[in-house]
Amino acid sequence: MSIKKITKKLPQIREQLKEFREILLANLVMIGEIPAPTFQESERIEFLLNRFNEAGLADNSIDDCGNGIGILNGSEGEKAILVNAHADTVFSSKTDHTMQVTSDTIDGPGVADNSLGLAVLATLPYLLQELDITLKNDLILLGGVKSLGRGDLEGVRFFLDNNSFNITEGICIEGVEQGRLSYTSIGMLRGEITCRVPEMYDWSRFGDASAILTLNEVINKINDIRLPKRPRTSVVMGSISGGSSFNTIAKEATLGFEVRSESEEVVTDVGRTINDIAREVSSKTGDDVELDIFARRKPGGIPYAHPLNKCTRDIMNSLEIEPRLAPSTSELAAFIDKDIPALTLGITSGDHIHKYNESVEIDPIYNGITQLIGTIIAIDGGYCD
Amino acid sequence: MEDTVIDLQNWIDENTYHHSQFWDLKKLVAKKEKLGLTISLCLPTLNEEKTIGKEVIIFKSELMNRYPLIDEIAVIDSGSEDKTLEVAKNYGADTYLSSDILPDLDPKMGKGENLWKAIYQLKGDIIVYVDADISNIHPRFVYGLVAPLIHREEVKYVKAFYDRPLAFSGGVRASGGGRVTEILVRPLFSLFFPELTTIIQPLSGEYAVRREVLEQIAFPIGYGVETSHLIDVHNKFGLEAFAQTDLDKRVHENKPTQSLGKMSFGILQTFIKRAKALGILEKADHETILRQFQVTKDHYQQNKISIVEEERPPMIEIEEYRKKFGK
Repeated sequence: MSIKKITKKLPQIREQLKEFREILLANLVMIGEIPAPTFQESERIEFLLNRFNEAGLADNSIDDCGNGIGILNGSEGEKAILVNAHADTVFSSKTDHTMQVTSDTIDGPGVADNSLGLAVLATLPYLLQELDITLKNDLILLGGVKSLGRGDLEGVRFFLDNNSFNITEGICIEGVEQGRLSYTSIGMLRGEITCRVPEMYDWSRFGDASAILTLNEVINKINDIRLPKRPRTSVVMGSISGGSSFNTIAKEATLGFEVRSESEEVVTDVGRTINDIAREVSSKTGDDVELDIFARRKPGGIPYAHPLNKCTRDIMNSLEIEPRLAPSTSELAAFIDKDIPALTLGITSGDHIHKYNESVEIDPIYNGITQLIGTIIAIDGGYCD
Repeated sequence: MEDTVIDLQNWIDENTYHHSQFWDLKKLVAKKEKLGLTISLCLPTLNEEKTIGKEVIIFKSELMNRYPLIDEIAVIDSGSEDKTLEVAKNYGADTYLSSDILPDLDPKMGKGENLWKAIYQLKGDIIVYVDADISNIHPRFVYGLVAPLIHREEVKYVKAFYDRPLAFSGGVRASGGGRVTEILVRPLFSLFFPELTTIIQPLSGEYAVRREVLEQIAFPIGYGVETSHLIDVHNKFGLEAFAQTDLDKRVHENKPTQSLGKMSFGILQTFIKRAKALGILEKADHETILRQFQVTKDHYQQNKISIVEEERPPMIEIEEYRKKFGK
C-alpha cells in the first residue's frame, strides 16, 4: 500500500469518526472535569486506565512514575509506536473545572491543553476497533504525568528510560492547534529568579526596600542582554509574582523565565549571564537573589526531509490541513534525547489558551484525529522508516 | 411507637443504596435485557443551554452507545428562549415542546407539566427524570436510580439523594436535604406521614419510576410535584414501593431565600390538599417526634427528637391570679 492508498482512505475515516462524536466528547468532558495540576494527575490516569480496560487492551498499567499505559498488541509486534499525551494542565485543583458544551465548542479550563489530547488517547483504542484498523506493530498509548513546568517531562522520560519495547517512532498529541507539526526541539533553559528581602533588614531605611524593586533591577538587566539574531534566540519572561498588599513592602518576588535558542551553546551562555546578573544585583542591594534552573532541553530532532515528516505532511495536505512547522520544547524533546524520530500534532482549533474560558472547536476534531490515525497507519506500514 | 421506629430503621438499612453498588453496567444491561424492560430518560428544561449539551452527550455516550441501558433520551421543554432545544437536538436527544404534546389540553407552565406529559410521549416501562441544570453530570445519575428497579421487582419508585460533604472530621454528622426539606417538608412528614421521613431527600429532582405507577398518580405542575408523588405513591403502594440511592455530590446553582419561599408556598398547597383528602388534618392527635438524619461513615440513622408543644391557658383562668388582682 502506498502513502496515496492511505490518503485516499482518509476522507472515509473522517466521515466514520463523526458517528463516535458523543463517545469522544463525553471522554473529553469527563477528563476535563478532573483537575490535574502537575504532580496530581492520578485521578485522570485512573480514568484513562478504565477506558483502556473497557476497550479490552491487554496490558494496561500505571508505572512507578504514575504514567498510564495501554498496549494495543500488533499482529507482529517486533516494533512499537508510542503515542503520548500529557495528562497535566496548568490549572490548580481549586479551579472550577466545569466543562460547558455548546453546539460548536467545549469550554473550560485546560480543555485544549491538554484534556483534548488525553481524551483522544483514551478514545483511540475504541476508534481503531470500530474502524476495523489493525496494526502490525504494537501501539503504546501513554498518558504522561509530571510534564509541565517543574515536572520537566519526568513521566515520558521515565517511560522512555525504563520500557522494554523496541520503540521506533513517537507521536505527541496536543489539543491545539490543528496544523501544528513539530519535529525539532529548540535548546531551552527554564527557571525562576526569586528576590527576598533579608530577615535582618534595617527597616528604618524608609521605603527603599522591596523585593519587587530588586526583581525589577534583575529584569532590566536581563532585558539588556545582547542576544544573537543567528542562531535565533529569545528570553521569554513568562510570569511574575510577589508582594501581598498595597501598603506592605514586598518581602519576596519571583520571575519565571525561559531562554530559548537554536544553539545549545547560546542557551548555556545566556544562562551563565543570568546567573552573573543574579549575583551582581544581590551584592548591590543586599537582598537574596536566588536562581533556580529546573528544566533544560537540547536542540535536535529529525530533518525536514525525514520520511516520517514527509508522510505526515502528505497526510495533512490530503486533509486540507496546512502544516505549520514550529519547534517544540514539550514531550518531543524527550524522544529527541533518545534519538527516536517523533513529532507533535495538534487536534483542533482553540481559543483563550491557559485562561479559565479556554475552548476548543468541535468540528475540526474529526480532521485532527484522522491525521493522527493516518500517521499511525503510515508508520505501521513502514512508510516512515 | 418503638416498633414503628425499628421498622423504619430496617427499611432505611434495606432500601438505601450507594451508586457505586451498581458500577457493573454490563451486568445491569444484561439483567435489563433479560427482563425485557425499556427505559426512557426525560430531561425537563427551561432555558438550560449551559448544561443540556453536556448531559445529553454523557448519557448518550455512556448509557446508549457504550452500555445500552436507556432506550431513549427526551428533552421536554417549557418554551426556552435560549438554544436549549437546538443544542439538545444537535447531540441526538429527541426534543419536544411541552405544549405540542396532547395539544387539545390547555397548556400549563411548569416542570410538573413536562414530567406528566413525558408519560404520554415516552415509550419506556421505566421513566427516569433528571433535572437539566446539573453541572457535574455523570452516568451515575441514571444507573444509580434505575438499578434498584431492575434488580428488585417490588420496588417501584427510586429517589436520589446527595450526601458527600466536602470536608468532615469524622464521627457522627448531620445529614438530610436542603433548606426547604429540613425546615418544611421533614417537619410536616414527621407530623403526618412518619414513614415518609425515611426518604432522605424528598425534594430531589432525580427519580426513576415504573410506568404502572406514574400513570396512576396526579401531577401538580409546579413546586409540589415531588411531595405529592411521595404521598400518593405511599398511599397507593406503601413504603415498600420506595428505594433511594446516594448519588454523591450534585452541583447546581444555589437558590435565594425568596425563591425558596415560593417553593415552600407551592409545596404547602399540595400538602394541605392531600392531607385534607386523606382526612389527616382532622385527626385529633398527631406525632410529636421530629425525625432527622445522621450518618456514621455510610450508615444512615434516624435521629428522633421529641418536641411536645405544651401550652399554658390564659392567665385569667388561674384562680390565684384572679385572687391577687381581684378579678
